Amino acid sequence: MIEIKELNKSFGDKHVLKNINTSFYPGNVNVVIGASGSGKSVLMKCMVGLVIPDEGEILYNGQDFVDIDYKKKKDIRKQIGMLFQGSALFDSLSVEENIEFPLKMFSDMSQEERLDRVNFCLQRVKLENANNLFPSEISGGMKKRVGIARAIALNPKYLFCDEPNSGLDPVTSRVIDTLIEELTEEYNITTIMNSHDMKTLFDIGDHVTFIYKGDCAFAGNIEDFRNSDMKEIEEFLSASYFKR
Amino acid sequence: MMLFYHFGRYLIFLVSMFSKPEKLGIYLSRTFSEMVSIGINSLPIVAIIAVFSGGVSTIQTSYQLIASWISKTIIGSIVSDTVILEFAPTITCLVLAGKVGSSIASEIGTMKVSEQVDALEVMGINSAGYLALPKIVAGVITVPLLIIAAMFLGIWGGLMAGVATGILPIEMFMEGARSSFKEFNVFFALIKATSFGFIITSISSFQGYYTEGGALEVGKSSTNAVVYSSVMILCADYVIAQLFL
Repeated sequence: MIEIKELNKSFGDKHVLKNINTSFYPGNVNVVIGASGSGKSVLMKCMVGLVIPDEGEILYNGQDFVDIDYKKKKDIRKQIGMLFQGSALFDSLSVEENIEFPLKMFSDMSQEERLDRVNFCLQRVKLENANNLFPSEISGGMKKRVGIARAIALNPKYLFCDEPNSGLDPVTSRVIDTLIEELTEEYNITTIMNSHDMKTLFDIGDHVTFIYKGDCAFAGNIEDFRNSDMKEIEEFLSASYFKR
Repeated sequence: MMLFYHFGRYLIFLVSMFSKPEKLGIYLSRTFSEMVSIGINSLPIVAIIAVFSGGVSTIQTSYQLIASWISKTIIGSIVSDTVILEFAPTITCLVLAGKVGSSIASEIGTMKVSEQVDALEVMGINSAGYLALPKIVAGVITVPLLIIAAMFLGIWGGLMAGVATGILPIEMFMEGARSSFKEFNVFFALIKATSFGFIITSISSFQGYYTEGGALEVGKSSTNAVVYSSVMILCADYVIAQLFL
């Protein structure tokens, strides 16, 4: 479980995150939604340590991720898998080498065991026989799936997905959504997903955090979110055709 | 004030590279692969520059020595000393700043803007150490080796130009080169080469690592890497000469 307490972050005069309080639960797809520029990407970057918050706590199973030394932070990071918006696959490595990379760096597996794990992950994302292709040779949807395979290679406890559907056609989007949902349930992962795709939210989301202009306007389950009469949420939903 | 800001950031970047490596073998393998990229792949351009600068040096020295009472062996002395002291280390490294520096800055810069550096960080890998340290170590090792090759090729180019144009025979060139040869000059050139290797790889890595934005900024970082490396090479050249000669 991840808890966010009183999290604040400013860039110069711009207060991007204002006293964010929310929680993310294991075995759930926890969706963070909000308009572009609302601060959800900054929140995710704070949670994985790419941005240092000004104030507040980020607790991974009770352990504060902000005020710990580099070594302990590194240990928590080894339990994190992340799917980036642009997939962030290493261009110079093949699909197989990309997935093998975290295994090489952090496990004591033999080459044979690593290859087995890579093939298992590829099979899990339905990309068998893509081992020797390079990122420049595969489509956007395939890149996302390789990104997921790399993220789950080390059996993470926490899976972060930054707008996994951006730039994908609706069919491929649903494939990625289903994959994330299945993996979350199968391995009891705490999945945190940034999105502004309402279909994704209502299809696979279990818990929602709604960020509005840097504030946490709502944190709760999907049904409560759907039935909320909060003006900002109604605006967001009606603009997305789900409450028209 | 911005100069101090960037210099401070550069120092922080250098310090941040040093942390316990996750797997030493992977870092060693990356260093060897960078040595191939910086060393072997740069050998053709280094050879061309060295041979031609040596050749031109012979022809121009001969042109300037018009007095008949000066022995032509002096051409061999001047050319070999010039190649060892200046042409091989400095001119070659200025060219390497263009070839290797722009390549390093654009590679790391592209990784930065496409979130590949973030991906390393999220995995718990020291991205500065993983990306830049093998390049810097490889640069510090391979640039002096390239400079040794450039010294031989530069002197050979001077010799060949002298023979081909009939300025002086091989024996006279070699006699002049041998008479003025000092081991210290080679040592001095290697100190320069090691320093320049560090300057090229560290400044270019720094420029790439702090790229923000997109393709345009990657291009700017690449240009900055070449410009700053070249300027720093010339400054270091002066400082090292002042200290050692």
